[in-house]
Amino acid sequence: MTVYSIIFYFLALLILGSTAMAISRRNLIHAVIYLIFSFFGSAMLFYLFGAPFLAVLEVIIYAGAIMVLFLFIVIMMKLRTDEERLFPLKQWVPAAIFGIVYIAIGIGVVISDPSSRITLKTALANPGIFGQYIFEKQWLSIEIVSLLLLVALIGALILGKRSTKNPAAKASEGEL
Amino acid sequence: MIVPFSHVLILAGLLFLMGMVCMVVRRSLIMILLGVEIMLNAAAIILVGSSLLWQEMEGQSIVLFIFAIAGAEVSVGLALIVWAYRQTGSVDPRDFNLLK
Repeated sequence: MTVYSIIFYFLALLILGSTAMAISRRNLIHAVIYLIFSFFGSAMLFYLFGAPFLAVLEVIIYAGAIMVLFLFIVIMMKLRTDEERLFPLKQWVPAAIFGIVYIAIGIGVVISDPSSRITLKTALANPGIFGQYIFEKQWLSIEIVSLLLLVALIGALILGKRSTKNPAAKASEGEL
Repeated sequence: MIVPFSHVLILAGLLFLMGMVCMVVRRSLIMILLGVEIMLNAAAIILVGSSLLWQEMEGQSIVLFIFAIAGAEVSVGLALIVWAYRQTGSVDPRDFNLLK
């Protein structure tokens, strides 16, 4: 067991633990902050797997931008999260059984596959070489993704604008 | 020598399952969107791991596109949630069964 594998198992425990805490919190702010810890763990995992550029992007985009956006939305809304209730036990038990069967079969499939027993070797994708690869071989996908981001920007603008633009229409709807 | 690839697969599978549980069980639109984020992150982990396994850079470039898609999805999703909150004053999915 090398030092890399110790780091991997430690990071795996960190990621799984903080994600489990995040999905079980009733307070949404606590959930978002636990998820930020989980994404920091994922960023360190990317660094361990030899992708330093993606590790930096994970911290900037996921932990930085997306989670802070969630945090702003949660803070701005007055939410009554205490009323949230779980499903009754009658619905829980079959769902839990199916989930456990799914985990067991998935682990069995993964372990029985001979190609998954190959041990990963350490390697490093230099950010410069990675960028060169992206813009030489994947330039069309980059253009498509930039268009997608533009569409998302316009969509978010329109969705955010509509209800403030016609308060009169909303009032008349309320009267109807 | 880090770990066998199956351990990375199991880690990402458990993370994906947690995201799915969060998406199905929680009754809040914001937690549903967080579940989608967790699932996208699990996919990113598996892609970086397989990129290391085959010593190719395709997996890492797909992760770059996953980040862009996650950003687009979150911006539109949160705008939709804010819009729905302004309409009804709640983020409970049970309050949006308008087609019933």
